[in-house]
Amino acid sequence: MPILPDEFGDLEPFADWSLESEAERYAKRLSSTLDELQAFYDAAFPRLEDAMAYVDQFEFTALPQSASRLLWLCYSLVNVSFPVEVWRQPRVPDSGAASLDMLIEPAV
Amino acid sequence: MAHFAKPSEGSWTEHYPELGTGPVSYEDSISPEHYELERKAIFGRTWLNVGRVEQLPRAGSYFTKELDAAGTSLVVVRGPDGTIRSFHNMCRHRGNKLVWNDYSREETSGTCRQFTCKYHGWRYSVEGQLTFVQQQSEFFDLDTDDYGLAPVAVDTWEGFIFVNLDPENTTSVHEYLGDLGAGVVGYPFDKMTQVYKYRAEVGANWKLFIDAFAEFYHAPILHAKQATAEESRKLSGYGFEALAYELDGPHGMVSSWGGMSPPKDLDMVKPIERVLRSGLFGPWDRPEIDGLDQLPPAINPARHRAWGVDSFVFFPNFMILVWQTGWYLTYHYWPTSYNTHIFEGTLYFVPPKNARERLQQELAAVTFKEYGLQDANTLEATQTMLESRAVSQFPLNDQEILLRQLHKTARGYVEDYQKSFATPVRISAAS
Repeated sequence: MPILPDEFGDLEPFADWSLESEAERYAKRLSSTLDELQAFYDAAFPRLEDAMAYVDQFEFTALPQSASRLLWLCYSLVNVSFPVEVWRQPRVPDSGAASLDMLIEPAV
Repeated sequence: MAHFAKPSEGSWTEHYPELGTGPVSYEDSISPEHYELERKAIFGRTWLNVGRVEQLPRAGSYFTKELDAAGTSLVVVRGPDGTIRSFHNMCRHRGNKLVWNDYSREETSGTCRQFTCKYHGWRYSVEGQLTFVQQQSEFFDLDTDDYGLAPVAVDTWEGFIFVNLDPENTTSVHEYLGDLGAGVVGYPFDKMTQVYKYRAEVGANWKLFIDAFAEFYHAPILHAKQATAEESRKLSGYGFEALAYELDGPHGMVSSWGGMSPPKDLDMVKPIERVLRSGLFGPWDRPEIDGLDQLPPAINPARHRAWGVDSFVFFPNFMILVWQTGWYLTYHYWPTSYNTHIFEGTLYFVPPKNARERLQQELAAVTFKEYGLQDANTLEATQTMLESRAVSQFPLNDQEILLRQLHKTARGYVEDYQKSFATPVRISAAS
């Protein structure tokens, strides 16, 4: 049973990046290798415009589950953009033991 | 060479001569004894922002706030009459903490009809009256009217909820925030209700993190890797100059340019920023709400075309950053010891209408975290070296004027507090 809308079957191998909370997305980023982040980024980044267009067919405050899942995957793409585009490593450089936890985030 | 005009005195700092221009001591950030004085003199006596009215949407909505520095925990609650009240989070029977879940030191929130103590079942209305005592007949002439929750002064300003633990305080929060606060009144904070809130435990004195966010002198250097290499070289070549500084009593602000939203050249930013049109400075496109064209006078005070963000430092521990592109950030610094504090960074946007707007906000929030982690980690390195006391005097430049003001203000509160307890000099009659 696919997680994502049918139109995004090419991203189905990366459906494990469809995570609802920032904590889950950030944890997956930290536990991935740069190669894994790069593979996900390379697949998802070219589909970002298509994904936004797909989600925007629906009323934003009443998204079907599959559209929400696609959006969560896009949030993961945003989360890995720094490691892939800038840092070239999963962690933020010079961040040592510092942590910054998300206490409140939007429901959708 | 200065890119932006400074006051006629030649510098921002000399425009406020009481600040001086000499090196400063950071003993106030490394002394346990000084911190104990700050708890009483500052956190026990000033208006502290503990949240926003949107956190209390209906009668019975409440949240708790741990105030280690002031040595208490509060519950803040909206009553059936719509009034927001605050009480020490403490049962009047034998002092148990009243409102908490699982872990008594973790903050909580929710909606309830009444508060019930976990220990012996005493109940209180959300207006603070004691309404039920288990086995009341076993007590000795107990009048429930005498045992309501202990109240704390509450006031609101532009939807921000403040508390003041000083029973002798007679100043409203509007008066306390002065001309600088008055100059912000009218900004559409109430339209920006999409919230991302971060929390970090930081191994540094609370004032050191305010220092980090009250100057942008560090930005082109510490965060150099966050821009493209070419852009980064250009930025560190320019350095940083503010558009304006305004100091008002214990409070201050810095107004800064905002060249990146949108950037002049799209090659200056990362690929995902180009696609989403967003980044550290927030979404590049302003939301369609009223109140962003005619800004209150204290926002972009220089009325500069290159304006990007204003950072307000409301003493002691509350900052608001208002961005040109129509969103805002708050920072809070809650001390837990002389060399630790809890940092809260909260981003507020107009609720998104579509996927693009939602993703623009997500990118701004994620970028905030990338920077915040670097800032937080740097602070711990600063704290440990300051504590070595190998060096005790530090030069501050003109773009660090708000740091000079913050530490001077904080020391002033402590000195005033000490004076209020000084033994009066006895004048003995001449013999």
